[in-house]
Amino acid sequence: MKKILAVDDSPSMRQMVAYTLKRAGFEVYEAEDGVEALEMARELDVDLVLTDINMPKMDGIELIRSLRGLPAYNGKPILTLTTEGSMESKMKGRDAGATGWIVKPFDPETLVATINKVL
Amino acid sequence: MQNITPTDTTAEKNIHINQGTDQYLTFMLAGEEYGLNILNVQEIKGWEGATPIPNTPDHVLGVINLRGTVVPIIDLRNCFGLDKSDFGPTTVVIVVKTRSEDNTERVVGMVVDAVSEVYNLNEAAIENTPSMGTVVSTEYIKGLATVDEKMIILLNINHMIEVEVGKEITQLPN
Amino acid sequence: MSMDMSEFLEVFFEECSEGLDVMETGLLNLGNGEVDVEEINTIFRAAHSIKGGSATFDMVEIAGFTHVMETLLDQMRSHEREVTTAAVDLLLESVDCLREMIDAARDEEPIDEKRVDDLKKRLEVMLENKEEGADAASEPEAETPATESAEGPKKGWVIDFYPQPDILKTGNEPYRLFDELRQLGELNVVCNLNKIPDFKNFDPEQNYLGWRLQLITTVNEQRVREVFSWIEGDCDISITPLSDEASARESKADAAPTAEAQAAPTPQAEANAETSEPAPKAETPAPQAAAAEKPAPAAPAAEAEKPAAKKPAKAKKKPSGESGSIRVSIEKIDSLINLVGELIITQSMLSQFTDEFDMSQIESLRDGLSQLTRNSRELQETAMQIRMLPISSSFNRFPRLVRDMSSKLGKKVDLVISGEGTELDKTVLEKIADPLVHLVRNSLDHGLEMPEKRRELGKPETGTIELKAYHEGGNIVIEVVDDGAGINKERVFQKAVENGIIAPDEKLTDEEINNLIFEPGFSTAEVVSDISGRGVGMDVVRRNINELGGQIYIISEEGKGSTISIRLPLTLAIIDGQLVKVGTETYVIPMLSIDESLQINPKLIKKYKGKIDLYKLRDEYIPVLRLHKIFGLQTDVTNFEDGLLVVVEAERKRVGLFVDELQGQQQVVIKSLEKNFRKVDALSGATILGDGTVALIMDVASLIRQHLLSQGKITNTSLEAA
Repeated sequence: MKKILAVDDSPSMRQMVAYTLKRAGFEVYEAEDGVEALEMARELDVDLVLTDINMPKMDGIELIRSLRGLPAYNGKPILTLTTEGSMESKMKGRDAGATGWIVKPFDPETLVATINKVL
Repeated sequence: MQNITPTDTTAEKNIHINQGTDQYLTFMLAGEEYGLNILNVQEIKGWEGATPIPNTPDHVLGVINLRGTVVPIIDLRNCFGLDKSDFGPTTVVIVVKTRSEDNTERVVGMVVDAVSEVYNLNEAAIENTPSMGTVVSTEYIKGLATVDEKMIILLNINHMIEVEVGKEITQLPN
Repeated sequence: MSMDMSEFLEVFFEECSEGLDVMETGLLNLGNGEVDVEEINTIFRAAHSIKGGSATFDMVEIAGFTHVMETLLDQMRSHEREVTTAAVDLLLESVDCLREMIDAARDEEPIDEKRVDDLKKRLEVMLENKEEGADAASEPEAETPATESAEGPKKGWVIDFYPQPDILKTGNEPYRLFDELRQLGELNVVCNLNKIPDFKNFDPEQNYLGWRLQLITTVNEQRVREVFSWIEGDCDISITPLSDEASARESKADAAPTAEAQAAPTPQAEANAETSEPAPKAETPAPQAAAAEKPAPAAPAAEAEKPAAKKPAKAKKKPSGESGSIRVSIEKIDSLINLVGELIITQSMLSQFTDEFDMSQIESLRDGLSQLTRNSRELQETAMQIRMLPISSSFNRFPRLVRDMSSKLGKKVDLVISGEGTELDKTVLEKIADPLVHLVRNSLDHGLEMPEKRRELGKPETGTIELKAYHEGGNIVIEVVDDGAGINKERVFQKAVENGIIAPDEKLTDEEINNLIFEPGFSTAEVVSDISGRGVGMDVVRRNINELGGQIYIISEEGKGSTISIRLPLTLAIIDGQLVKVGTETYVIPMLSIDESLQINPKLIKKYKGKIDLYKLRDEYIPVLRLHKIFGLQTDVTNFEDGLLVVVEAERKRVGLFVDELQGQQQVVIKSLEKNFRKVDALSGATILGDGTVALIMDVASLIRQHLLSQGKITNTSLEAA
């Protein structure tokens, strides 16, 4: 089973993502900010990271940069959760090294389809 | 007297067990046999006294401790306007759980003379209540059933308990 | 959505609640002049979270409203907008409105559309009053279909795809893209190997390949581009129609930006724009349409507002402000689990004695039992702790309240809060929230004087209101202290006489006069303006406090100020009780209500009007209630000298309860009578004693109320006359 790390400071968001992806057959881990996520990513060596941008302690952009600095995450898919219309955050994510993005609000089918595309 | 649950007293009288059949627990009260749906019966206890509650109608004997919950006990004879009888070692309390029309759940104990049987009764076997003079108010009666030439008065326990226990009765004067 | 979202709603609502609190506190801090970027960020994130969550749950209106707030905040944090008082005030108002919207969504009730629209407009106006440039980056894309090149019976596309060398580092595998393209039609791939360097310079992590792809499909160019949307900036890509290979070179122009910063439409406005077409027939200039179609989208929006969780008939709706869940620190839970573990150990140790017991083991049994007592006590304390929350969650609303009210009233106030970490039961906390607001409001309104007046009196212009909380003797004490005008005893006395609460020649101590404000009859509007003391609803406040098993009283000094003191039990479920015997029954009297217990000196009993027994307790006469009569119990103890008097007090009235004897004092777990029975006058519940029997708990206030009522009022003066 593939492992996914979902990072978002909103518990309801995390819950929803986790629920959707677990049902789709993935192993899901959750973190509520960049610091926690980075630690977990190091320990768990997941197959994909899905992260929000705006978070306390360490935001998504910094997280992505840090992840890309880890050899294990070279080339691994990292997706950002961005809001409709925020071209800036999509680009920022990409600049930091993200693979791509998923636009919020998303419906579960889209989430799963996108994840399946990259995993 | 030990607490016994309904399954200990099950007796299968009716042969036809099919859809539309419910089980009824019957009990005796002043020579008449009454029944209530067994799904309402939580347990059967002996009478061990109750803590009286001031300024409540006579039929409310008081409250007891049922494994940590405070449960009121009512004297059914009094409810039905029958003569009082002494409580003895054979006096039985049927603990029922009911649900009123507005979804309030209650657990209440009723003192009866004795517990009888458990019968499987088919819906079809239940007749409507004639407007004869029964001891019990007709609004409490679900219907009548005949088993082995005996007439059993089936009670609408949810409604009865709601009226006898739930309804606020104005303060009785001292 | 095909998924059942109902489980997540509760968590979402809690989150919103916290987020709103964060926003409010943050905005208040901003309002104090300090512009801390981190603070703005925090507020922004909270708004962002609420927006995202509400959008996910289809709460379109909330999402739209929050979006506008978020945009404003975004501008502030990126320094495109100054943090002005006006902006902060508007945002604070919006937070209030948002709170209401969320409560409405939670309770499945309609929103105040007008207020929402009103505020939204004001937010939008404020947004527009910025330079145009600021809007560009943060506006939502208008992905209008118009930008696409014509769809058509073209046979397909030729895609020249040259990704940048480090494309693999970001996890964008070209083959994945090809798979995606394959789903759109038939794909032919030709690889260009020209750029591959010699072995020495070959970096396996770099990409040196390029491709020419031929996709036979009926989808339009836009759709094809979508596949490459993530890596647009990191590759050279050109898409030409299949039939038009010759013009391949010019296709650079096709790299049309999909981001168009179009002026201002918010998601809500977009929805409005779309639905406005069918609605108004004749006139369609934009503002008209906006006004006319208000009713139309309002209906679907309101329906969309209904949270996805349509719960089956909730028999009992939760009163607003009371939630069914609580956040507990993990330490408390761990503590609890440990104690349960210890309990199990003790239990298994004790059960060994049941097999074969002889008296030689008595010491061990005693030890085991005392250990059990210890375990139980610790378990009880920890379990109670779980329901406890710091009072800060209630105190936190006051800076805002005081700020708003003081500016409205034109008074200068300094709010000092202490003891906000003091913990109390969640239910008690929720129930004192409103009474506390009432008290602080009163202090502000009627207690504190206007700045000029204070200056005249030689007081500092800025008045002080203190909110204090602390634990004392197993209770929590909350105080509202002000240095205002205090209670005008003269006026209060007069008013009390007018209302028939006291006789005109009544002799009362200053304290007694001050506490008259808690009597009903002081709740009249005229009183509010006349008395320079307290006003509306103090009797309601007291009743609320009493219902919680607590007490409230006021200490005041004219000209100096007042202190309102509230004493509450730490938990509603357990009280300290005094067991008393009346006849064959044992009753429990809450210790909180008991002043003292004493043996009766028959000489001090006086009969009043032939009916009421009065006992002279030092310098006052208190009525005596014969409990056995009131509760209809048989007892041999009917003479005063054979029994005891328990002096109790509630609502500043004192009576003596005549009982047979006192039994022990113990902590008593309150069991509800209403659960299976119903509310009974004079009783606040029942409890189960150590021997398994049920004992009833007296509700002293209710007892006094009923019986003094039936006996008529007795005042000290009328007694002396008797």
